[in-house]
Amino acid sequence: MRALKWVLTTFVVLFILAPLIVVAVVSFNQNRYMDFPPEGFSFHWYAELWNDVGWRDAIVTSLLVAATSAALAVVIATPMAFVLRAYDIRLAPAIFALGILPFLLPPVISALGALVFWSSLGFSGRLENIIISHAIFFSTLPLITVSLAMETMDPALPEAAQTLGANPRTSFRTVTLPLLVPSMITGYAAAFVLSLNEYIIAFMVSRFSVVTLPIKIVNDLRYGFTPTIAAVAVVFILIATTTFALFALFGNLLKFLGADPAILERER
Amino acid sequence: MSEVRRPTRGSWAVLAFPLAMLTLFFLAPFAIMVATSFYHRIEGGFYEPAFEFASWQRLLQGVFLERTLFSIGICLLAGAVCIVIAFPFTYFLTRMRRRSHVALLVLIMSALVLSEVIVGFAWSVLLGRAAGISNVLVWLGVMSEPAAYQPSFLAVLLGLSYIAFPYCILALYPQLSRLDPELTEAAQTMGASPWRTFWTVVVPIGRPIILAGFLLAFVFTLGSYLIPAFLGRPEHWTLSVFISDQATFNANVPFAAAMALFLTVLSLGVVGIVTWFEGRTRR
Repeated sequence: MRALKWVLTTFVVLFILAPLIVVAVVSFNQNRYMDFPPEGFSFHWYAELWNDVGWRDAIVTSLLVAATSAALAVVIATPMAFVLRAYDIRLAPAIFALGILPFLLPPVISALGALVFWSSLGFSGRLENIIISHAIFFSTLPLITVSLAMETMDPALPEAAQTLGANPRTSFRTVTLPLLVPSMITGYAAAFVLSLNEYIIAFMVSRFSVVTLPIKIVNDLRYGFTPTIAAVAVVFILIATTTFALFALFGNLLKFLGADPAILERER
Repeated sequence: MSEVRRPTRGSWAVLAFPLAMLTLFFLAPFAIMVATSFYHRIEGGFYEPAFEFASWQRLLQGVFLERTLFSIGICLLAGAVCIVIAFPFTYFLTRMRRRSHVALLVLIMSALVLSEVIVGFAWSVLLGRAAGISNVLVWLGVMSEPAAYQPSFLAVLLGLSYIAFPYCILALYPQLSRLDPELTEAAQTMGASPWRTFWTVVVPIGRPIILAGFLLAFVFTLGSYLIPAFLGRPEHWTLSVFISDQATFNANVPFAAAMALFLTVLSLGVVGIVTWFEGRTRR
């Protein structure tokens, strides 16, 4: 069993890392073509990411879409999470289900829905359309993080504020909202990272006129591999790993993933 | 919150914005998609309002049925691969020392947020002829010349398993971390080997989450678009690829809408089974 534990863990780590390592090796290749073993070592393809107008535009577009759509997602999700938990609303399960439904269904459904919606309105291929579609699709993430925060919040805190004379609005603004901020940030970060990585919705909504980073990668791949694509992949991998490593260091990753509190106490 | 209050006019006003956004940008597009599935397709990529069942009738034809059966088959297989590896792995993970526990979770979460674009690209390099695994084998002297392992069925299966695997772990993790260590200890005090304990204690207790994790991985892979498109030939395409292809390159939006609605029903059905099962075991 002990042996199996190590064999299985090693296998899983290799399975997850293998494709990422190969991409990293290719990205430092000096040659224009992919070679193995790699020839020379260079950061040339990383510089290309910023020097090439096409790549730079795609990066800027993607960052813009991710930053704004994640913000909109939080603005949509937070009031929902708050009202559904703080008030006794009979339709609450149905409204919550509506909030998680977009994310629950295969993305191609939201993508096709957005495509027919925008083309029936006559506003095809605009940047704002991608932002709105991403915000709706990823609003599920802040909805879940903020709802969890509402559940674990000590109800005595807003009550105390109101006993001391604060009206509901003041107690929300000065007590509840500040307590929800960490979960709003987590939800924002999750929506941001996933929006940055999303392809099919952006592609179907953009109708070839807006190019986000994943769209640019797929378009370039149609003409064959370039080390620049590998460099982009490495940057993505680093962003993801750094985000979660920071989360593990400064936040409580285990608790966020739903670990048993007993595990958190064990072997500090 | 303990004291749940009755909704006031203010609370409905607060709800108005999110509800309006979801209605306008999720429910309305969905309704338009339903309507579009009955529209009449005009050759050349356009369609006009109508009420006909042509697109729905095409769902009964060979190509679509073939794609559906293939998608369900390969996604069930990918779900099975995921759960068979993820269940024992997550069980071991929750019993590791904190440092390796957290490090592995960071690795898994990083893999989880990776774009399908990146995963598909990385696997196509790894399985390709130019700089892939076969080149390592040639370099080591095991093989005489490099070979390409993609596009192929196995490549699609590997890619699908790769993207669903972290989600599968995430679904199993909360429950397995709560598994009372006294249960396994009791079994071992009574003389059961760790192996026997795993099979006779951990697996039976975990049966509901094994099913939930498996179906979750299944629904998730069903939604994958880029993996089958990158790593497979057209005969390895799943419904998601087929729908996108009909909507964009073949420009048959009504047919794509009918297929998307079928996919919605299929996914919701599976999710319904999971929630029903979870509700039953919780009682």
